[in-house]
Amino acid sequence: MMETRHKILLVDDDPALLELYSELLMQLPSKPEITRANSGARALAMLEAEPYRLMICDLKMPKVDGLQVLSIVRRKHPQLRTVALTSVIDEQFRSRVYALGVDLFWHKPATPQETQMFLECLESLMGQEKEDGFRGIQRKSLVDIIQMECLSQSSSVLRITNGALTGKIWIQDGELIDAETEDLGGETAFHKVLSWKNGSFETLPAEPSRTRRILKPYNGLLLESAQALDEQQAGVTPEGGAPAPVSPLSRLSQIEGVEFVLVLKAGDPNAQEARGLENPECMAAWARQRLDRFRDLGNLLQAGPLEQIAGLGPQRHVTLAVENETELCVGWRHSLTPEVMRDLTKKVLALWAC
Amino acid sequence: MGMLSLFSKPAPTLLSLPSGSFTLDREGSMLVSTLPSSYPAELLAAIGREVLEAFRDASAAQLPLSGLVINYPSLKITARELRGGALIFLSPRTPSGPVQLN
Repeated sequence: MMETRHKILLVDDDPALLELYSELLMQLPSKPEITRANSGARALAMLEAEPYRLMICDLKMPKVDGLQVLSIVRRKHPQLRTVALTSVIDEQFRSRVYALGVDLFWHKPATPQETQMFLECLESLMGQEKEDGFRGIQRKSLVDIIQMECLSQSSSVLRITNGALTGKIWIQDGELIDAETEDLGGETAFHKVLSWKNGSFETLPAEPSRTRRILKPYNGLLLESAQALDEQQAGVTPEGGAPAPVSPLSRLSQIEGVEFVLVLKAGDPNAQEARGLENPECMAAWARQRLDRFRDLGNLLQAGPLEQIAGLGPQRHVTLAVENETELCVGWRHSLTPEVMRDLTKKVLALWAC
Repeated sequence: MGMLSLFSKPAPTLLSLPSGSFTLDREGSMLVSTLPSSYPAELLAAIGREVLEAFRDASAAQLPLSGLVINYPSLKITARELRGGALIFLSPRTPSGPVQLN
């Protein structure tokens, strides 16, 4: 089978640097195809014309600077791997570049060692997307990750994060020995963590002294969890009866300090659900408009995607946030501080995603 | 590798996110500012416009607000309502800064 060569788009306004980078990139073991663009506008046009694996972009460029280019590229071409290359030594720019979702921020190499390291990083970055690659492991289900850990007889602690919710699963010599999340422990905690639809995980060092609270084999527990999830999706309770109707909104409104919850569907001005609001239409219009406008402002300022808006009022506070396609507007008791509201809003988002 | 000296070049400056505060009256005119004068006035005007509109529209939606906190990954905007105008604080967030922990 013929192996396809990666295509790299190199963007810099300095022709001498474009030439030099091209020569350097030709040294990559994967022998990529290098295409050059001498301006941000030209690069954007070229990305529209054909697909690339990787774009390396200088930050300081006239007219459309690198931050603007990267901001547009992350939105329009989310699959493209991106690298910001700069001579600017300023942590703020590093932060902003990563906030835009750029894969790699790199100071322009000045020594052969730095150049070599830069090339190795690029090769690794392009390789991550090759076939299923290592990047894919983060998209695997928790079941897959646990199976991999157990099958390889590992000893580790998996720390799983789902928004504001965190859980831990202890694995010792390939056996599940304990789990914990919020107030739950053992099998109950394990099933709870397995019910989360998405999140991230990290592997922590093993804790051999951990007291064992899970005695069932891991494959049995995984099967139980899968069955419970299937039944939940099919609308059947473990006893076989119809499930009690529990509104997701009522779950959210039980969080301490919540006065109302308004859930909006992004892109559909008529789709909304509310609890605790007398006039949701008025609030929905305000929330939608503010989210749109402050999202646009974030793009204009190149400050990254909007995370949260908190409104502080004499009667009640409100937070606006986005989770995938859902926009959430939550009213809070006015005694809460912005920091507490911010954390609780993350919890609301995590619960909504479950 | 001697060619690597070419890696430094004079280039257009990149716009840093501003740090400081400014005050607007109810018409959106700037009264006081501690922000660097190099930061584009049109961007400050855009921030001010959005903040003032957010306060006004909130009142119209029966949700009077006295403060706003808008969080972006690399910038935090904090605004206080001032009799129709606003006092606006801009705080860039850096990886080493304490705000990053939020």
